[in-house]
Amino acid sequence: MPTYLGMPAFPEAAAAALGNSQLRRNLAHATGTIRVKRAAAVAELSDWAELRAAGRAIKDHTLANLDFYLTRLEERVVSAGGQVHWAADAEEANAIVAGLVRAAGADQVVKVKSMVTQETGLNEALAAEHIHALETDLAELIVQLDGDRPSHILVPAIHRNRAEIKDIFLKDMPGVPADLTDRPADLAGAARSYLRRTFLRATVGISGANFAIADTGTLVVVESEGNGRMCLTLPETLISVVGIEKILPSWRDLEVFLALLPRSSTAERMNPYTSTWTGVTPGDGPRAFHLVLLDNGRTSALADATGRQALRCIRCSACLNVCPVYERTGGHAYGSPYPGPIGAIITPLLRGVTSPIDASLPYASSLCGACYDVCPVAINIPEALVHLRGKVVDAKRHGFPRPERMAMATAGWTLRSPRRLGLAQRAASASRKVVGRSGRIRRLPPPLSGWTRTRDAPAPPPESFRAWWARTRGGGG
Amino acid sequence: MRIALFVTCLADTLFPKAGQALVTLLERLGHEVAFPMDQTCCGQMHLNSGYRREAVPMVTGFTEAFGKFDAIVTPSASCAAMVREYHPALAASTGDRALAREAERIAPRVHELSGLLVNVLGVTDVGAYFPHRVTYHPSCHSLRMMRVGDAPLRLLRAVRGIDLVDLPDDETCCGFGGTFSLKNPDVSAAMGADKVSAVLQTGAQVLCSSDNSCLMHIGGALSRLRAGVATMHLAEILASTESTGGAQVSR
Repeated sequence: MPTYLGMPAFPEAAAAALGNSQLRRNLAHATGTIRVKRAAAVAELSDWAELRAAGRAIKDHTLANLDFYLTRLEERVVSAGGQVHWAADAEEANAIVAGLVRAAGADQVVKVKSMVTQETGLNEALAAEHIHALETDLAELIVQLDGDRPSHILVPAIHRNRAEIKDIFLKDMPGVPADLTDRPADLAGAARSYLRRTFLRATVGISGANFAIADTGTLVVVESEGNGRMCLTLPETLISVVGIEKILPSWRDLEVFLALLPRSSTAERMNPYTSTWTGVTPGDGPRAFHLVLLDNGRTSALADATGRQALRCIRCSACLNVCPVYERTGGHAYGSPYPGPIGAIITPLLRGVTSPIDASLPYASSLCGACYDVCPVAINIPEALVHLRGKVVDAKRHGFPRPERMAMATAGWTLRSPRRLGLAQRAASASRKVVGRSGRIRRLPPPLSGWTRTRDAPAPPPESFRAWWARTRGGGG
Repeated sequence: MRIALFVTCLADTLFPKAGQALVTLLERLGHEVAFPMDQTCCGQMHLNSGYRREAVPMVTGFTEAFGKFDAIVTPSASCAAMVREYHPALAASTGDRALAREAERIAPRVHELSGLLVNVLGVTDVGAYFPHRVTYHPSCHSLRMMRVGDAPLRLLRAVRGIDLVDLPDDETCCGFGGTFSLKNPDVSAAMGADKVSAVLQTGAQVLCSSDNSCLMHIGGALSRLRAGVATMHLAEILASTESTGGAQVSR
């Protein structure tokens, strides 16, 4: 994910975002609305728990037999007239796509909203080859016109309100009517007429896929606006970049996910457009189909026994919408196209924990567990976060001990001995006379100053519980 | 019933009143409370901060201190969840099979206070008296790990004299999150600010919860604002009666 290099660590980026009152307002409104709708959509199904268990089981089975299903998918796509390319990382995937676009003689491509091409930084890579990639999803278009980055998996412009969108269109959209208002229908109309002109000229379309069905070599895209259907059917050449974890064994399995995904993501019983295609069909749709299968860290995530559950993710974004951290910071602070709770585990699993932003992501959570409750494939995000925190700490164990590690070592030494804990408590109680005459401490030294910057701390009590017990009950239990 | 008290390092050191109230309450209900003096900490701070290795001695210590008891109660849903959900796996990861078996055996015996009272002992009216306006913050780990449901609210509704008011957006995290509060102090404070605002909307005199950690965080923010709202653990309200000064708000 090259475009995110050099991002500050999460706490610093988040602190800046917290000060943006428009962002706070937009996010609280949008996530609050969708939370309520999702809960209602899910509550309609009496067998949600069973569906969720089935979704989890299908994904786990496929991931455990990924070599088999990938080979089968390749066979079936090829026999249906498609070509399959394998990309080990983002750079390889981008080079393959650029080569295919050039071979098709195009200098412009239309794109279906795709997380995986955000992950590889495809648009930037194509731009370096003088190929313009046009995003056709409305929210992606808003973000692209503004030179901004998506901040949500499903709703990339969730951080913008309609007044801001109107301004972006007036400033950056070619041929936009000068009397554009901020009415949603007007904004959609302006985007529609701009996009329609582009669709009719496009010769190459680029997509991701929500699912890839191994049995038949069929790709599936689930969307709301119909722009995907246009990109998938109008151009002569279609290139789909798909992460290797997107496979489902058969059409039967798709049924489960078409129930889980729309309710979890847009709170709809069924999404408006579900497009499926298998290789090429003479006289109908693209004449050339290329499938680029991408690893980019997925096999190393698969090798991580606790972390691999993240590969079950179907990018619904339900976890973002219920996350109290995401709701307040927005998506940009996560330094990755995958923000929110799922991003805080997927990004370090794919990229490792060496950079400041990646090492800070597993800590960007209060571990409240709301994400796990809503996840349609039961990814235990808190468990994975704690596991990845262990990796962050272990990666820094060699070398000079930092203050945090020394503090944790001291705390551990104290807390594993009842005698030492008792002594520390007596020292704390004695300090009461100095630090907490009012019962509240207003200021503490680092690293506890982070606490007292916004909160008072309780003064130690005159005696600890164990001292009270020993005094009144004479010790032993 | 003989019940062992795991008071938690936090309550032991900073909030002994919660532990004392729990003892008072269980004894009033006719139970015998034991306090193994060799107990210390469940290791949650270390594990959740990434110091898995350092948390292991706390698991060992916990099994040694509590191995001989059939029922263990703690005034923290969060620490109860740590013992139940993470001790067995943490013990197993050491390769010490005896420790893993022991952690597995003890885990289901650990109860958070409201779960013990309502689901194990089958009481909701504990004979308490607390004539004050109270609002209840359900901690994330009580809701989503211990799954106590409305057990704390059922206990509070049965308290004589209480004016129990709903907390808006009660199931949203308060922003404590252990070392999250230090590592991401700004986000933690922003979450705390919204919780404080919800508490103030209720006009409650007392904010109650099943976790001292949430109370330390929300209470610290309330105190910084000089908001005049007291924080009390569920055990403290349930321990209050006419004869023990139930008319007084303790802090």
